[in-house]
Amino acid sequence: MSGALLLLADGRFPAGGHAHSGGAEAAVKAGLVHDADGLAAFLTGRLHTTGLTAAGLAAAAAGGFDPAGLDEAADARTPSPALRATSRRLGRQLLRAARVCWPDPVLDGLAAAYPGGAHQSVVLGLAARAAALAPADAALAAAHESVNGPATACTRLLGLDPYQVVAVLARLAPELDLVAEAATRAAAEAVRRQDAQPLPAASAPLLDLFAERHNAWKVRLFAS
Amino acid sequence: MHRDHPTDEFGTPRVTVLSSGRRRALRIGLGGPVGSGKTATVAALCRALRAELSLAVVTNDIYTTEDAEFLLRHAVLPPERITAVETGCCPHTAIRDDISANLEAVEDLEAAVGPLDLVLLESGGDNLTATFSRGLVDAQIFVIDVAGGDKIPRKGGPGVSGSDLLVINKTDLAPLVGADLAVMARDAKAQRGELPTLFCSLVDPDGVAPIAGWVRERLARWRAH
Amino acid sequence: MAGALTVPAPPAAPAARIVAALDGREDQITVLPVLSGAGPLALRRLRAGQRTGPAEVALVGAMAAPLGGDRIAVSVRVEAGARLRVTSVAATVSLPGPQPGPAWYDVELAVAAGAVLEWLPEPVVAAAGSHLLLTTRITLDAGARLRYREEQILGRRHDWTVHGVPGRLTSRLTVRQAGRLILDQQTDLGPGAPGWDGPAVLAGHRAAGQLLTVGLPCTAPSEECAALLALPGTDAHLLVAVAPDGLALRRLLTGPL
Repeated sequence: MSGALLLLADGRFPAGGHAHSGGAEAAVKAGLVHDADGLAAFLTGRLHTTGLTAAGLAAAAAGGFDPAGLDEAADARTPSPALRATSRRLGRQLLRAARVCWPDPVLDGLAAAYPGGAHQSVVLGLAARAAALAPADAALAAAHESVNGPATACTRLLGLDPYQVVAVLARLAPELDLVAEAATRAAAEAVRRQDAQPLPAASAPLLDLFAERHNAWKVRLFAS
Repeated sequence: MHRDHPTDEFGTPRVTVLSSGRRRALRIGLGGPVGSGKTATVAALCRALRAELSLAVVTNDIYTTEDAEFLLRHAVLPPERITAVETGCCPHTAIRDDISANLEAVEDLEAAVGPLDLVLLESGGDNLTATFSRGLVDAQIFVIDVAGGDKIPRKGGPGVSGSDLLVINKTDLAPLVGADLAVMARDAKAQRGELPTLFCSLVDPDGVAPIAGWVRERLARWRAH
Repeated sequence: MAGALTVPAPPAAPAARIVAALDGREDQITVLPVLSGAGPLALRRLRAGQRTGPAEVALVGAMAAPLGGDRIAVSVRVEAGARLRVTSVAATVSLPGPQPGPAWYDVELAVAAGAVLEWLPEPVVAAAGSHLLLTTRITLDAGARLRYREEQILGRRHDWTVHGVPGRLTSRLTVRQAGRLILDQQTDLGPGAPGWDGPAVLAGHRAAGQLLTVGLPCTAPSEECAALLALPGTDAHLLVAVAPDGLALRRLLTGPL
């Protein structure tokens, strides 16, 4: 079923991601990312923190974990109000596209239950499930999304050589697989116990600070 | 939220009826290069039409909410009827390739201040190839100006050749920049065939009247459809 | 990575325990019916049974701990209407043990309706070669109030000058309010934690901390390296900060109060 996975993970899938930098714009403004090496370090940190957490939530959703329980788990794993709002906005946009691609009463129910948007990772997992993908696929798509968006944003923000940027992503690919595997294992345990506790809750102090700082800016290129 | 009509005449899926059963607002996009007068056209249209229609505006700024703030500052509409969408360096993506943020903005406006008759969507200033998706707007206006050079109509591009209305703005500046309006009219005709082109100068007191007239006519067709 | 907290821990150690409750005879006076140290943790009563102010207890490290392989636990319960403040007399320094491997430090805090807990210990410092797995579970009944501070310092000056690296701190903080999960957060800082020193996580800062406030006043910081986050629960705020060192971190966490 990798065809549906490629579609869901494609940066051109119309789910609103193109307008978000995942904290990269704030990191660039703070002078912490200015070249491909800095981007690689930023993406490594993001992948193993919020990327891992999103992958776990997505895999659990794809594995049939109660979406309301996952919504609470995602809220608790997102202390920054700016990031919670961003996640729900992107979740709503992703759900719009997913419902057209893979019509499913579960997706309709999610839209009705969360008119302001469910968390992006939860929607991603349920979209994967609607597309008959496995939890491991959902985890991989979430991990990919966690680094692909900021990488694209840095290409635009810094004018980085696009070949260097894709090379950074290519070098990260084995770590992406490891993160997705860890998330999938944790999600299987969460589904088995019907308890969100085993799901990763990894966070990064600066990503929370960046999100709040960026949210207060008047002039910015990206929505987050 | 919406009930979908299967497709339009081009085979594009269309959403034209709200869940309430009411026909949704007509959506008109305004695109065009930076500085051609898109925001001024939106402001003038709001002033001309706000007494007779329920209106809202979505702006797509490139890196600020400046256009939305211009409209707010000039009080062309109450603030709750104006929404800014952020576009992540790619204004054309937000109006063409991934329209989700704009669709959400339009639907949120309709839910918050509806029912609406007309929503104007202003794109961020972009190049001549940027056009709106038909999944987002029902009709689009492309705004260029004579100061940008009288060669623009001849250069063509999707905006100039395919928009439902081409507006050539700032005709008052033509003598100052040496632009030949007759040449622009001829080139536009060659590019656009039967599609309409309007010359206007928004500094004139009623300069927007021809565009407002075109909008009224589109709205009448939309309602009759 | 996620695996860090799934390393099998040694059998649960007996926990140092504090129970704070209102004196049944005289209203509004908090007494300490249970106050028992365990393992390397001794408890000192600084203040209790008085008409004004909270009861106060200090955590005292009675021997060098935690060392790799140790398992330390503290459990605190503040019963309805009682007020308790817990501090510590010194920073907790996490040191490597005789065998390689992490140490465990488990903290359980439970606060009942109308009760107040202030948990304000000195920082945890990760010495080179150490790995501490810190797990904190906070359970708040509806109407419970809390001020909870945690400060994590990566390495002493000595660790940086001699070893060039600090130790590692893996910390998970879980907070429930009236049965609802309002915060579930893990940080993994120090050598072995991917990306920990990079621009998404610490970017050269050596201290990270937070002040969680529930039902008590809090102030938004003005500095760029701190932010006040409104959590999903009721009147719950998390002040998060990163700093070059422990002193600067303390200023960020206490400055505006």
